[in-house]
Amino acid sequence: MKISFLPRDARWLQITALASLLFYGWVALGFDITAPRTAVILVSAFAAQWVGDRWGRGADFEPKSALISALSLCLLLRTDSHLLAAAGAAAAIASKFLLRWNGKHIFNPTNIALVLLLLTGGGHAWVSAGQWGSATVFAFALVGAGLLVVTRAARADVTFAFLVAYASLLVGRSLLLGEPLTIPLHGLQSGGLVLFAFFMISDPRTTPNSRVARLVFAALVAGGACYVQFWTFRPNGLLFSLAACSLLVPLFDWFLPGARHQWVSLSSTPPQPNPEPCLVPASPSFSR
Amino acid sequence: MSRSRLSLIFALTLAATAPGSLQAFCGFYVGRADTKLFNKASKVVLVRDGDRTVLTMSNDFEGEAKDFALVVPVPTFLERGQINVGNQASLDHLDAYSAPRLVEYWDEDPCNVRRYERMMPAGAPPPVQSARAKDLGVKIEAQYTVGEYDIVILSADQSDGLETWLIENGYKIPSGATGVLGSYIKQKMRFFVAKVNLAEQKKLGVQLLRPLQIAFESPKFMLPIRLGTVNANGPQELFVFALTKNGRVETTNYRTVKLPTDTDVPLFVKDDFSRFYRDMFAQQVKKEEMHVVFQEYAWDMAWCDPCAAQPLSAGELHQLGVFWVGDEAAGQTQGRARPAPPGGGAVNVFVTRLHLRYDADHFPEDLVFQTTGDRTNFQGRYILRHPWTGSGDCAQANAYRKNLAVRQQTEAETLAKLTGWEIEDIYKKMGGKPSASVGGSKTNPSAKWWENLFGNK
Repeated sequence: MKISFLPRDARWLQITALASLLFYGWVALGFDITAPRTAVILVSAFAAQWVGDRWGRGADFEPKSALISALSLCLLLRTDSHLLAAAGAAAAIASKFLLRWNGKHIFNPTNIALVLLLLTGGGHAWVSAGQWGSATVFAFALVGAGLLVVTRAARADVTFAFLVAYASLLVGRSLLLGEPLTIPLHGLQSGGLVLFAFFMISDPRTTPNSRVARLVFAALVAGGACYVQFWTFRPNGLLFSLAACSLLVPLFDWFLPGARHQWVSLSSTPPQPNPEPCLVPASPSFSR
Repeated sequence: MSRSRLSLIFALTLAATAPGSLQAFCGFYVGRADTKLFNKASKVVLVRDGDRTVLTMSNDFEGEAKDFALVVPVPTFLERGQINVGNQASLDHLDAYSAPRLVEYWDEDPCNVRRYERMMPAGAPPPVQSARAKDLGVKIEAQYTVGEYDIVILSADQSDGLETWLIENGYKIPSGATGVLGSYIKQKMRFFVAKVNLAEQKKLGVQLLRPLQIAFESPKFMLPIRLGTVNANGPQELFVFALTKNGRVETTNYRTVKLPTDTDVPLFVKDDFSRFYRDMFAQQVKKEEMHVVFQEYAWDMAWCDPCAAQPLSAGELHQLGVFWVGDEAAGQTQGRARPAPPGGGAVNVFVTRLHLRYDADHFPEDLVFQTTGDRTNFQGRYILRHPWTGSGDCAQANAYRKNLAVRQQTEAETLAKLTGWEIEDIYKKMGGKPSASVGGSKTNPSAKWWENLFGNK
């Protein structure tokens, strides 16, 4: 069903949702990101997008996609270095143009940028996983916002499969250890988890094309995250797991082919055709 | 008049804890007698670099030494050389150095602009039976006597076996502990069990129990708090002093929130800073629904400004387990109050002071930490501004008196908001609701608002 009051381009929904979350983080949660740092990330992302659009694929500059990636980095990336912030934003955008296979980019741009910075930043880049707290009301609000975006892109399956798998693993682990269920429930009430599930793993450009493959992919990401968290005892398991599992997506698409994601217009006005569908920044994810 | 009248008022946040009760750290205290057990505040120094951790555990145990016992889950086996009795004085110094502070300023004569500032301090094992243990599935991996403590390192197959062993060896286990012990056993954690060796204590002449220190290498950067909630009589307080090379430490599974700081408060708070801080902390805990960890201090250990206490010397840091400060540092004395000159030997240590009030309902999981690269300085700092009480009658003085009332009103409202105190009680303690006539103001209440606007009254 198409709804007339919604913007034709779903990216505006994403931008609104991400900007609202950032504003909420600033005002209510005291996020450690300054206006200059935000500006650095935005400028760097726009510059990289401009270079990629103009020189990479000879198309018009498309700022909305870069804005989404930049806002996502503002939400998640914490660093004490403007240089790293700029490098992260540029790497996120560059990954869309450079790390591609069969017309799809391999990594969610925000995800790969964060992983690269965490691995190579020498301790000067980090992700404050606990910054969202565990306030249930906020988590529900986030779920609602995420749902709105996700359902538009017909990629809710990967989100829900991931959440079910991750919740099952957390609950199963606690049952195995004889822990009270308040422990896995606390882990599931994380705003960061909800954000990851609804805005990052749901990226239609980096998830497998077939539904079955997406369900397996989601379970693998959940399993990998638990491995990082409970076996290696390192933070940011979700991010590392998604980046690692993204490398398997070409294999999934090879063995379990499916229809590539096509964006559905939100409003009654049909969208304009785009000569390069794979670069249409219309997914409900941090990448687009 | 001297411009060097500097003083600093600080208070130990331990005032926030209930008096007269016993307390537990990450583990629980188990009595060998029928002493009723309670929990109070714990202080932990957590030194971390890479996978190396040195944990110093201090407590305010107030019962008989023979009743003291501590059980702490630890991620690895500990050799004798990995266990030490720490220096309480160094820990107290770190506590004082990082404590929230009250700062005083004196307003200058508006007719003769000068400023005076003053800061001042204000308050600031007997042999155990291995065969029986084996029957119970408990393995006594090692036994040591370290200082006044008898220490046993245990591993176990089953929580009920461990519980039975502890009971048979004279430990009183609170109900509900079995499940918690079981989950740690399944995670392959060992148990560090300590109690006081009364003979050694007498020989050493030690009255107060000294902190226990352990050093280990493990990727786990966490504090096990669940055992401590089992026998808790209400919420507990925990202070974590994290010392790293890199920067600030935060919790990854709970939100870390900066405590309100740099706020002006009424002058009477000077005489009641402990209560102010205790109530302010309680109010912030209430506001955050007891779901967050508060950051009270984050600073490069080489200096401070203003200093609640001088920075710790390299020797003191070494005593607290800062292993990258070399042995040669142990002989050094007091640190410096300002950044050392290049190459001047400043220690590369960043301290984060975290404070949480917790119980099992609000903090169901153990605390998990991460080190960040954030070296932004932060301190809990509350400001007293003494009004100028001169009799000057210049235009600026009249404007000052008007603004003073507004400022004092704001201070009262801020205090009420921060602490939850009744505003009327605050006014009473301030000597009445602030008005332009307070403090010897000569302001004419009927004066026009624009009289001083252009300075041509």
